[in-house]
Amino acid sequence: MSTRIDDRIALPPKDAQKSNMTCHFCIVGCGYNVYKWDANKEGGRPANQNALGVDFTKQVPPMAITMTRAMTNTITDEAGKRWSIMIVPDKECVVNSGLSSTRGGKMASYMYSHDGMTQERLKNPRIFRGDQWLDTGWDHAMALYAGLTKKILDNDGPNGLFYDCFDHGGAGGGFENTWGTGKLMFNALKTPMVRIHNRPAYNSECHATREMGVGELNNSYEDAQLADVIFLTGANPYETQSNYFLNHWVPNLSGGSVDKKKQRFPGETVAPAKVIIVDPRRTATVVICEQIAGAQNVLHLDIEPGSDTALFNTLFTYVVEQGWHDKEFIAKHTKGFEDAVKTNRMSLEEGSKATGISVEKLKQVAEWAYKTKASGHRPRTFHPYEKGIIWGNDNYVIQSALVGLVLATQNVGRRGTGVCRLGGHQEGYTRPPYPGDKKIYLDQEVINGKGLMYTLWGTNPFQTTLNAEQHRLVLRKRAQIVNDAIAKARGASVAQLIDVIYDACKNKGGMFIAAMNLYPTTISEEAHLLFPAAQPGEINLTSMNGERRLRLSEKFMDAPGTAKADCLIAAEIANALKALYIADNKPEMAKRFDGFDWKTEEDAFNDGFRQAGRPGVGPIDSQGGDTGYLATYALLRKAGNNGVQLPIKRVEGDKLIGTEIHYDDGKFDTKDGRAEFKPAPWNGLPKVVAEQKSKHKFWINGGRANEVWQTAYHDQYNSFVRDRIPMAFLEINPEDAKKLGINAGDVVEVFNDFGSTYSVAYPIKSMKPGHTFMLFGYIKGVHGDVVTNWVDRNVVPYYKGTWGSIQRVGSVEDFKKTISFKDRRFA
Amino acid sequence: MQDIKVSRRYFLKSGGAAAAVVGAAAVPMTASAAVPAGVGTTTLPYPKKAVGKRSTIVLNTATSFSYPDESSSCYVIRMGHAVPGGVGPDKDIVAYSAMCTHMGCPVVYDNGVRVFKCHCHFSMFDPENGGQMICGQATENLPKILLEYDASSDTVSAVGIDGLLYGRQSNLI
Repeated sequence: MSTRIDDRIALPPKDAQKSNMTCHFCIVGCGYNVYKWDANKEGGRPANQNALGVDFTKQVPPMAITMTRAMTNTITDEAGKRWSIMIVPDKECVVNSGLSSTRGGKMASYMYSHDGMTQERLKNPRIFRGDQWLDTGWDHAMALYAGLTKKILDNDGPNGLFYDCFDHGGAGGGFENTWGTGKLMFNALKTPMVRIHNRPAYNSECHATREMGVGELNNSYEDAQLADVIFLTGANPYETQSNYFLNHWVPNLSGGSVDKKKQRFPGETVAPAKVIIVDPRRTATVVICEQIAGAQNVLHLDIEPGSDTALFNTLFTYVVEQGWHDKEFIAKHTKGFEDAVKTNRMSLEEGSKATGISVEKLKQVAEWAYKTKASGHRPRTFHPYEKGIIWGNDNYVIQSALVGLVLATQNVGRRGTGVCRLGGHQEGYTRPPYPGDKKIYLDQEVINGKGLMYTLWGTNPFQTTLNAEQHRLVLRKRAQIVNDAIAKARGASVAQLIDVIYDACKNKGGMFIAAMNLYPTTISEEAHLLFPAAQPGEINLTSMNGERRLRLSEKFMDAPGTAKADCLIAAEIANALKALYIADNKPEMAKRFDGFDWKTEEDAFNDGFRQAGRPGVGPIDSQGGDTGYLATYALLRKAGNNGVQLPIKRVEGDKLIGTEIHYDDGKFDTKDGRAEFKPAPWNGLPKVVAEQKSKHKFWINGGRANEVWQTAYHDQYNSFVRDRIPMAFLEINPEDAKKLGINAGDVVEVFNDFGSTYSVAYPIKSMKPGHTFMLFGYIKGVHGDVVTNWVDRNVVPYYKGTWGSIQRVGSVEDFKKTISFKDRRFA
Repeated sequence: MQDIKVSRRYFLKSGGAAAAVVGAAAVPMTASAAVPAGVGTTTLPYPKKAVGKRSTIVLNTATSFSYPDESSSCYVIRMGHAVPGGVGPDKDIVAYSAMCTHMGCPVVYDNGVRVFKCHCHFSMFDPENGGQMICGQATENLPKILLEYDASSDTVSAVGIDGLLYGRQSNLI
């Protein structure tokens, strides 16, 4: 059409290069095939003339293929040659079976193209000089970064060096990169002043379940096909783990997996799955489950916000009263049950009062999920959960209550069961142990003026932290102190500039901010130095998904400019510091930076993931465990998009044999192998949250939308997303909106004692009065600005629990014309 | 409109012979046209096809038609008020592909909420806002069938497509 052709696509010719790609984005890690070919050539329409083997001479029937313009791109290599690429879902991958999500389906569009959607990618290091960003070379940028790091390390010790770093898999993570950064921060620099990705300390999102002996990823995606009941808490998988839901849950809800269940569980009563969903909001997932399974097979528990623990404790108490718990299993494989029965006791009436769910409904939940089946077998109930618990009212306590209920009914370690987080990003953790003995609330340290240098590595706390406005305002002030100093240092050498910056940080309250990222992002509003990073496809990268499935995403193109893998950036920093210490005649310090002589990502993989647990090697915390060494790039290439489920058991020929589920032998991850119940009394809302609730009318729930990945670092440049969501939306009850004089598309201010932000009003009938839902982590309109500073015992925030007031600010005519405000629920 | 006639002829003639790698360039159009279709333009030679009289296009009801060929079903709707891309005296008539851009399942019009819904993977599209995906797994909005309205004959015709139809290398096969 006119100058932008959007009604044709280039097909890969038969001889196109083909490689494996696990989706960059969500935990599910769908398998995709990358095709790459000379941009001056095209495949033909007949099936035997294109690499897809599909006949395009006639209309392709429904469900036969997923291939859209978003799945194509034209890239340019370092030599200037143009290539066409197509990234389409892999039908042979057991994770997604050829399905693509609205996120993964855009991967090709998001690969670097100098004249395309991704042209804003960082290509070279950049330095902020007074009032503008200027490109510079790695030598200069690294001399400044390493030199300042050394000065702080020498004068103030490692506690002056703050880091905010990814710990996950997929783009901006992966086993190679968590190892590279971890080895730098923990072994070489030895700083404990590190926070992770989306939370203000170096902690886990799953302390309680791990301490109870139950790792949070303990089953396979196939178990969702085999469950009698799926008891989902605080998650919306249609929008956030889409193809796990569509490819593994839906067949169970529709009855499509009944035959498989009969085969696997002979003699057991089997039927299409029933679903129980705990969420104060009527989500897209609730509505779709009702569509598929029938409303009579779905129980939506729209509990009072923050009352999850009360729900689980009530069910636990009732199940034990009814005698539906597994006494033999409890006796043989667990400890602490009797104490938990006492500490977690809540009657149906008490539970009903706390959760707002009727006693009858609570009984029905217990009967569905835990009452013996007609065949006399215990039901197989799968308990997935995510941010409603993880970012809920006391992460540690809710998890303790949930896992206690699961252990009492032995809903872990059997096929069709499991108690698993659903996950956000993919996983990919391999690091030396954290060099501290306590959790440090790093955001508070920043706000309190501590630290001299802050490195934001593949993260964006400006959009994703709690109490975000305060955090940002303080960082802005501290960054400006450094900017003012740099602006005066005209003609300074690197050494002089380091002295100027150090003085501004040490003596004037400043903070120097560096970042490694794909794009400048909103961090560039305050940062001083940017390093360009690379993403899967531009580099080789391994990650594992929510069923511990390890895959290698293969490099098939050049990274933009001089961008490189995070592990190689870490190596460059370490090697620069080593050289500085050698020059300074400090061999002991130089030695700390040994072991970074990596040329490729594979070198980092071999140094970390494959060394964990090997004889003579220091401690490494790795999701690959002690058998990670069995995985080589060569074997992973052969394993393709199906990879292997960690931990690896053995290698047969050239095939890696993995682990489908954990705890089927009744041995849990505690010293004595017994899973441990924990006390989890329900204590209502935290005081600071309750105060906001008493002062402000609306619950400001926050979460994700299907179309947006993470902080929208790519999506912000894609009109398909940005036209739909130019600013974070706020779902609100239409009557509430009316009372406030708010119409769909109006800009509203959301505010409380912690901060204020703007949002676009999106009235939706199914939102309860007094409840709202705001898109989390978005580029415009930051939900975290109104999230309180409360954290649990492990410094895990309660992002979901904040209350605020709302007022109409104005109206953007363009929003009203270009955004659809129809209900996002499939009703 | 001469160009439309040429396009029509091309369409009829090449419909069964589009197996050529680059169909538009490889298939001669007519004896009198020495230059292959598509050369010299960036627009595919879409046919012009009457969708129906405006009076027969029922308010808030999706009426099926096919375009640009029989294997591509589409819907035309009169929304009752001006909408982006709408034609007719009230600028309220729009048409869309009936194949979901995600995996080609037929979308169904829900006239209660005025939304196109795909029951395979639950994508939804808004006909009153250019086919914008409301929520779902697609990576593209619903392709718009470009319409013209001829007041003298009260006729709505399809003349082109904005967006790639599901399951095609090109909208014209």
